[in-house]
Amino acid sequence: MAARNPVTALNEAAGRDEAVLIKCICDGQKELFLDLIRPYERGIYLAAFSILHNQADAEEVAQEALLKAFAHLSELRSGEKFKGWLFLIVMNEARMRRRKNHQHLFESLDDEANETEEGMFMPRQFSDWRDVPSEAFEKKEIRIAVQKALDSLPPKYRQIFILRDVQHLSVAEAAKALGLSTPAVKTQLHRARLQIREQLAPLFGKRWSERLPFLKGRNPW
Amino acid sequence: MVTCAQLLKELSNYIDEDVDPKLRAEIEEHLRGCHRCSVLVDSTRKTLCIVGDDRVFEVPAGYSDRLHQFLTNRLGI
Repeated sequence: MAARNPVTALNEAAGRDEAVLIKCICDGQKELFLDLIRPYERGIYLAAFSILHNQADAEEVAQEALLKAFAHLSELRSGEKFKGWLFLIVMNEARMRRRKNHQHLFESLDDEANETEEGMFMPRQFSDWRDVPSEAFEKKEIRIAVQKALDSLPPKYRQIFILRDVQHLSVAEAAKALGLSTPAVKTQLHRARLQIREQLAPLFGKRWSERLPFLKGRNPW
Repeated sequence: MVTCAQLLKELSNYIDEDVDPKLRAEIEEHLRGCHRCSVLVDSTRKTLCIVGDDRVFEVPAGYSDRLHQFLTNRLGI
């Protein structure tokens, strides 16, 4: 019998715990809502920020989205993943806020300007990589570079990249949250990944000497 | 046998393990003989490894405290 994927097993365990929490909250233990949303707090903010690009707006949207999630928690269907459902609420709330702010009127032009034909893109060659050290995640230099790379993406690529590669939603969950088809998500994600790599790869071109401990087993590679 | 251009087109699906076994085998055969594509795959994976932890992104100072305070007040908990 094939060994079970440890990531799948962890996700299943987390899903069971969440189901218990959600039942307790719906039964009246409202204070447990803070425990339920704690793992997603940063992600919710980042997802809202990927649409709004404004700290205050993103923070307000995170608050309002969580109020909505609480109010509708009992409507979460059995077997439906809380994470995907929560991010759908967040993205809808952020889009509504963007419409209210009329930001989309300006962003659509930026989108066009940044669009490239897939066939024209040729990734630059960088020197071979070694393992990425864990300190990379803590260094301000890296944080700034990653944020800059993300900011450089056209908005629609940024949104899909945050949902799929930072928050690890499935392609189907990301498609639902963004109102896109699965093929569209895959195409946009592919382009986003290549552009992010293009931005970050030169930064990590030097030889790394230590392994990456806490992400091992989390990603599929 | 896949070409470099075909590998580039399938890069994202390959990383997501979303290609059929036959294509996967062909890609891996290509990677064994193509240093350029091998570096491309490796660096893309490592880029995703770095951004795949949301701790690498900044959130505003005090965000979590403000969020909890807001929910505590509004939900009466």
